[in-house]
Amino acid sequence: MNIVVLVKQVPDSGADRNLRADDNTVDRGSANNVINEMDEYAIEEALKIKEAHGGEVTILTMGPDRATESIRKALSMGPDSAVHVLDDALHGSCAVATSKVLAAALGQLGADLVICGAESTDGRVQVMPHMLAERLGVAALTGARKLTVDGGTLTVERQTEEGYEVVTASTPAVVSVWDTINEPRYPSFKGIMAAKKKPVRTLSLADLGVAPTEVGFEGATSAVVEHTRRPPRSGGAKITDEGEGGVKLVEFLATEKFV
Amino acid sequence: MAEVLVVVEATREFGVKKVTLEMLTLARELGTPSAVVLGGAGAAEALSAKLGEYGAEKIYAAESEEIDGHLVAPKATVLAELVNRVQPAAVLLASAQEGKEIAARLAVKLDNGILTDVVSLDADGTATQVAFAGSTIVKSKVTKGLPLVTVRPNSVTPTPAAATPAVEQLTVAVTDTDKLARVVERVAEQKGSRPELTEAGIVVSGGRGVGNADNFKLVEELADLLGGAVGASRAAVDSGYYPHQFQVGQTGKTVSPQLYVALGISGAIQHRAGMQTSKTIVAVNKDGEAPIFELADYGVVGDLFKIVPQAAEEIRKRK
Repeated sequence: MNIVVLVKQVPDSGADRNLRADDNTVDRGSANNVINEMDEYAIEEALKIKEAHGGEVTILTMGPDRATESIRKALSMGPDSAVHVLDDALHGSCAVATSKVLAAALGQLGADLVICGAESTDGRVQVMPHMLAERLGVAALTGARKLTVDGGTLTVERQTEEGYEVVTASTPAVVSVWDTINEPRYPSFKGIMAAKKKPVRTLSLADLGVAPTEVGFEGATSAVVEHTRRPPRSGGAKITDEGEGGVKLVEFLATEKFV
Repeated sequence: MAEVLVVVEATREFGVKKVTLEMLTLARELGTPSAVVLGGAGAAEALSAKLGEYGAEKIYAAESEEIDGHLVAPKATVLAELVNRVQPAAVLLASAQEGKEIAARLAVKLDNGILTDVVSLDADGTATQVAFAGSTIVKSKVTKGLPLVTVRPNSVTPTPAAATPAVEQLTVAVTDTDKLARVVERVAEQKGSRPELTEAGIVVSGGRGVGNADNFKLVEELADLLGGAVGASRAAVDSGYYPHQFQVGQTGKTVSPQLYVALGISGAIQHRAGMQTSKTIVAVNKDGEAPIFELADYGVVGDLFKIVPQAAEEIRKRK
């Protein structure tokens, strides 16, 4: 099975994150940039399917030059090769335009199965799997906590607010995964060394047949008008329990009309 | 005034979800609210009274097994056709998994911008979003097409405004491509009568400090006494204390209740990302240096196994 895993480089969600003052895009320059955490689960799932059923795993990333670090990191887990969509005109692209570019790349790669994280930690927008499926005319099985592959049939168990549902589709398809699906492997030393030699192909917008005017700020379908930092919360009263902590807690809740 | 389409979120068990009432309230500020029910046979009938109570002047009902039996693609197709026909002033969906998915497909079909996790929307289409785990407030606009936004639960106070909605049945004409992702089974596992986590006005969450799955009864007891939902930190979920669907945090649910009670939760950034826009935060933790106290409006340093039962007892006394 030919599997493509979408990998996005994001600013570390464990550190302070900002939007840039000049163009309102995510500030990547001053951030510690890492693989979107959920994507590691997508890579792991792809590797497990390859191990069980054979095939190839390709990483697909759209991002600036520095995304190369995340691509190598992803490859060190075990995928065979990577494709990096790299073009200066992409800076400032909205989700709709991004889906256009990724769909064009996926069209060239001819994947049986596209796996991605359910959301990225920066935007948390969660729209990409369905946007891609819509453009490619394939099924999207989203939010998987379990994925079973049986020939060309995919079965996914997905959490819903009322419980869970079991959904099925034939390949080709897009599947997005939550972090409940598996436990991603750590790259081995051998894997890290091997990743340095794995092929990484670069594709430009021209290679994909997408016009620069369709992406970036010019092609954006939405725009950030302004952004401000929310003032940090300041802690209020803090007491140490000396036997009456529970009562005092309820007294506070009562003054706030919760009890 | 132009129509504003509100795509109804409802569950089989509880009917119209609160976020739908929030969207109808918001829609009244922007134009004439029309509710769109996309579901199985008879779906609109059960919901129409509630939708009218909150100001829906019209209900568009698309009811078919094709909608009910597949993931969101048929819903997006029906909605796109409706949008093209009525040219609404805006389309509002819930900022939850399904709402975002329908909106995603609609955005591609109409080549229209999309804004998610919106907490308010002005008449001129300017939306307010909360980004980066609540640390940044963003104002943004759809610049191509109509305002297509997903509204975050607990952003608007729902207020009733009675209307008598006219129901219009929509023809469901979907393609084979819309029916590729088939739902073969739905299993309900909602626990009891507690409110849904993202919609609850009060959330009581437990973390690693709760110690084991059995002790989560304490968290549940306090939640029930306060009429709230139960949440859990990632540490508690990873340790198997509580199911994943109740996880609050960066890789779980984002909640924004009136009151958030954190029990045995240290307040790692992973957790704060999912709860720090809560209005009032209360914390109990044995470590007085725990970062959760930096957020808490009221913090008690001590043993939660002594403090929580005492608090529960005190609430019972006051009832």
